[in-house]
Amino acid sequence: MSKKLLDILMDRFGASVILDTHSHVGDDTAIVAPAQWRDVALFLRDDPRCKMNMLADLCGVDHIGQTPRLEVVAHLNSLELGHRLRIKTRIGDEDCSNAVVASLVPVWSGADWFERETFDMFGIRFEGHPDLRRILLYEEFVGHPLRKDYPAAKTQPLVPYREGEDVLDKLEPFGADEGMSFGRKHLDYVKEES
Amino acid sequence: MGEMTKPATHVIEAGPNGFATTKFNDLLGWARKYSLFQYPFVTACCAMEFMSVMSPRFDLARFGAEAPRFTPRQSDLLWVVGTVSQRQAPILKRVFEQMCDPKWVIAFGTCASSGGFYDNYATLAGIDKVVPVDIYIPGCPPRPEGVMDGLLLLQDKIQKGDRTPRIVKPRNDPAAALTQLRTARNG
Repeated sequence: MSKKLLDILMDRFGASVILDTHSHVGDDTAIVAPAQWRDVALFLRDDPRCKMNMLADLCGVDHIGQTPRLEVVAHLNSLELGHRLRIKTRIGDEDCSNAVVASLVPVWSGADWFERETFDMFGIRFEGHPDLRRILLYEEFVGHPLRKDYPAAKTQPLVPYREGEDVLDKLEPFGADEGMSFGRKHLDYVKEES
Repeated sequence: MGEMTKPATHVIEAGPNGFATTKFNDLLGWARKYSLFQYPFVTACCAMEFMSVMSPRFDLARFGAEAPRFTPRQSDLLWVVGTVSQRQAPILKRVFEQMCDPKWVIAFGTCASSGGFYDNYATLAGIDKVVPVDIYIPGCPPRPEGVMDGLLLLQDKIQKGDRTPRIVKPRNDPAAALTQLRTARNG
């Protein structure tokens, strides 16, 4: 894929909106300012040179320790012109507050469940989404499990666990002197906050 | 080596005078173990192996566990086949509570037994956290032989009136086979 799409975007919006671009092994990426997220998407869908009529995927990324911390990634396809593009935007403060971006549901209605999943897993709020609530987890769940500061082994059971002799303990997969050194039982972040 | 299920004890002893004698509880256990009505709570890929073991090639019907009932109120054996998520745990508990006594539970496969490699926020780490389990069948998925061993083990437990949880052992110990191989190569 050439960099044609990126050039079109850069010509139309300029460096204040298209913050960065890169191409790697044929895949083009544009980093977009969050305020113009939906405008860029609309342009990509409607411009006759782009014709991005398919939203293939939309997901989140947590870059813990950086500001802005969260990232939204959308993969776009043009079935008509046969090209694809990835657009990203960075949002949210150090503690994930203000993680708000415009919803893409008015642009591609297929964004509905993707955005609900991203909200479920990362707590990114999509403004203008018709029904933004959890899609995979349950309403009682506290927090967002794919954020890097969610404890890896923390569960939130809906029914209280049974106790007694017939409840078998989960066995450690490996002893301390065997198996793989990257077993996460040794890591501090596994331990639950008590 | 694995522990195979022993053949069932003789329930009915024929007497010399044309009478057969038995104990009531033995007869009841014998009747129960050969008329298991099963409720398959099937959630994941282990279902493929469950279908295989139910269908003619391995044929669980041979052991008196023939009729699946798709309501828990008509069944007395709960097969939990596959991963159970935290979100499904209340459903599983409710299904179990709807079954009439006496009832038994089989955890089919590693995920149902312990959560398997899903050691995370979403998955229940073993169904015994929610419902009592009679038989654990390990394997990802278990081989049909393992499932049949599990069913025979359960029937043995029903006959004895034993409710302690049991784990199906492998028929062959892979480590023993490896040792044998090495000995043969070296000596």
